[in-house]
Amino acid sequence: MQQAGKTEYRGGLHQRQKELMLRWYDRLDVSASTGRPPTVSMMISGNPVELLEGFGALPIYPEINALQLAIRHESLEPILAAEEMGYASENCAYVKADIGAWMKGITPTGGRLPVPTLALCNFVGCNTYLKWYEHIAALMNAPLYTIDVPFMREDRPSKDDVTYVVRQLMEFVKKFEALTGIKFDYDRFKEAVRHSNRAEDLWSQIKHLARKSPSPFDAYFDAITLMGPLYVYRGTEDGVDFFEMALAEMQEKVDSGEGVYDTERFRVVIEGPPPYPFFRTFRDMFAKWKATAVASTYSTVGGLWEFGFRHDAREPFEAVALHMIEHNVTNRNYLQRYDQIERYIEDWRADGLIIHFVKSCRLFSAGQGDMRDYFTRKLGIPTLYIESDLEDPRYFSEAQLRNRIDAYFESLDHHKSQAVVGDRSREQVTGDR
Amino acid sequence: MEPVKDTAEKARGYEGQQTGSGGQLEIEPYNLSPVPCHLSPPSPLPEEIIYDLNFATVREWKSGHPGGKAIAYFPVYAPVEIIHACGMLPVGLNGAGDRLDIQHADARFGSFICSIVKTTLELGLTGHLDPFDGFLFSSICDSARNLCFVMKRNFPDMYVDFLHLPHNPETTASAEFLKSEYLRLRDNLERMGGRRADDDALRRSIRLYNENRAVMRQLYDLRQENPHLIRASELYTLVRAGNFLMVEEHTEMLWNAIEDVAGRTAKSRDSIRVVIEGSFCEQPPLDLIRLMEEAGCYVVDDDFGLGRSWINEDVPLDEDPLTALAESYIDRSVYSSVRHDFRKPRFKGLIEKVRQRRADAVIFLIAKFCEPAEFDYVLFKRELEREGIPHLLLEFEEKSFTFERLRTEVETFVESLLFD
Repeated sequence: MQQAGKTEYRGGLHQRQKELMLRWYDRLDVSASTGRPPTVSMMISGNPVELLEGFGALPIYPEINALQLAIRHESLEPILAAEEMGYASENCAYVKADIGAWMKGITPTGGRLPVPTLALCNFVGCNTYLKWYEHIAALMNAPLYTIDVPFMREDRPSKDDVTYVVRQLMEFVKKFEALTGIKFDYDRFKEAVRHSNRAEDLWSQIKHLARKSPSPFDAYFDAITLMGPLYVYRGTEDGVDFFEMALAEMQEKVDSGEGVYDTERFRVVIEGPPPYPFFRTFRDMFAKWKATAVASTYSTVGGLWEFGFRHDAREPFEAVALHMIEHNVTNRNYLQRYDQIERYIEDWRADGLIIHFVKSCRLFSAGQGDMRDYFTRKLGIPTLYIESDLEDPRYFSEAQLRNRIDAYFESLDHHKSQAVVGDRSREQVTGDR
Repeated sequence: MEPVKDTAEKARGYEGQQTGSGGQLEIEPYNLSPVPCHLSPPSPLPEEIIYDLNFATVREWKSGHPGGKAIAYFPVYAPVEIIHACGMLPVGLNGAGDRLDIQHADARFGSFICSIVKTTLELGLTGHLDPFDGFLFSSICDSARNLCFVMKRNFPDMYVDFLHLPHNPETTASAEFLKSEYLRLRDNLERMGGRRADDDALRRSIRLYNENRAVMRQLYDLRQENPHLIRASELYTLVRAGNFLMVEEHTEMLWNAIEDVAGRTAKSRDSIRVVIEGSFCEQPPLDLIRLMEEAGCYVVDDDFGLGRSWINEDVPLDEDPLTALAESYIDRSVYSSVRHDFRKPRFKGLIEKVRQRRADAVIFLIAKFCEPAEFDYVLFKRELEREGIPHLLLEFEEKSFTFERLRTEVETFVESLLFD
């Protein structure tokens, strides 16, 4: 039996991340009592946070509220409250936790959350968002606007797709001006797009550091620490500073050859959101095997930047539209996700793929059996398929998950040692020792 | 009954027929003989057509139209007019009911996914979809969307396409966008060997479907006034048969039904008038629909197989046809849990439907794991309770075959209302 490895790295960036996120919640608390700054409730996926900067408005992310509750083991109570209202056991537990918490007055920090000035459904792929926002609007009595983003049904978005989204972004601006009486500051918006461009570039560089062996961080479990600031602060100087700091810390680790564990035994790609109610337990199941996620699809929900996309300040509205249409995992079609994973496996030199099916999220999970079929049968990639949930603790079967993960890594270990016998050159390339 | 004012009326000079309540007893309500199809002999019954997984009607059409293509579409909102105008046969698929064991698709779609997604893939993996040349999906829900791309990978030789239907009707850009989406579909269909669908061809198709929908609306109105004259299961199979027939043939079938039903006399019985909500995609087993009536419900409106009649007034013929079709989705289509229009919440639509149909109650008949319907239930329920309208929630799977528990629930519900 392996000794459990050190499960996480704690550096300056963790402290800074905490400060930034608490400051954000503090400002939301102020807004709840003063109405200032105005707030926009919107979704993480393909979030157009840059536009909010043009109003000095703050985002509210119900998903972050929900996951914070789960990670603190406080999600079940609001979920049950929502089920009493009539939500089904199959309904997305993020929605249930968010709505239930709202109804019961539970917030992640204990501070207050404002009724959003506008509920903005930035629909990118997830049809559940549409429902979630209809419910937010109806239950919180908030005005609703939907930005309809055409799904990626072809390889690239058409001109019509981009025009359609840009027109809606401009309509959102008009609507928010009317709601708040604040004039949209185009220069400030452009400045935010410039900051985003820089933050994205740094974030992408961090992600590419995971191609090193050992990877300086876990691109699934650690990436989540970086994702909060990415969505809330991307368009600000604070965001850029944060990612500069994060990159410097990661680079330092690379320079000193420091990985997530004392040795990096396995490199995997993880697909699907994590089980937040058992985040640490789940992480430890991988730590036991000194297995590092070198890439993950979940960390591209808010935006996919490691393949080159950046917001372009020369055409800021178009840039926001392109981000929403093409450059986030949720609005890309299923086969594009297969390609993304395949690219990770090749370019980030992973040994295998972990598919985490979450019951709540059909966007991620519907069809993951076919994905497994593709990766195991077509590509011969060792693939593990496990099930639980991202928010609802009732769907986490610890013993079963542990057994399956152990069995997978035992077999992967065997698979790797066979491969090493057969191919010594790969051993040198990957640096496995 | 409201005055009939559709193109259909002009076409046939039909005067709304109405049997006053309490008409003379001639036939028992539950022994009404099914309406024959009046197709070329031997005429299959609508029920045989809709459950035929060999798609005999499709094969027959193709053998009568050498080189003709059949395009299957997944529920709910498909622009059948465009497929038709390209000289192709649009075929609405609603899963496989209880006629197919799932052998392969469970491994591809796993737990917590509705049955229709699995049976549709299973139909493909077992060769049942061979008569089809293409498959069309739209942005109704996450599972159906992912299915589209899984189908694309598994059936590389088939034309598989995905239509993005707009979710923001407030912007005028959405009709323009949808028109560009319809143009893309038309070009794709033409490229795969369809006839050139010019404006005239599109108008011809729109006219035929306008008439078809108008007759369906008449049947629904007739049923609303005289629910004792036509069974819900009978109307259901009649309407759904249209998924598999050329539109002209189906319209003819519906006209025959109207004539037949209007000539019936039967005594009404103690039943509550219900609206059925939530079966717009995966279809409940026919026996479950029959059970509703046996347990004392007159179904006065439903969203079964909504795909047949999702535009609720005539598509204008005097403007650019693709614009007219796009605008019809935005402004003339029936609400359902998979169409989003925040200008008017769906729960308002449901209340209106209940009032218009003079229904006593709503029965939610929701497919297991149908997330859109399950979400909507919460707001529907809240609004119905505000309005004091009784409701009952039932869950089904297309492959269910025993309904004793559901029967008891419906009977108890009916009794509680009848003897209240």
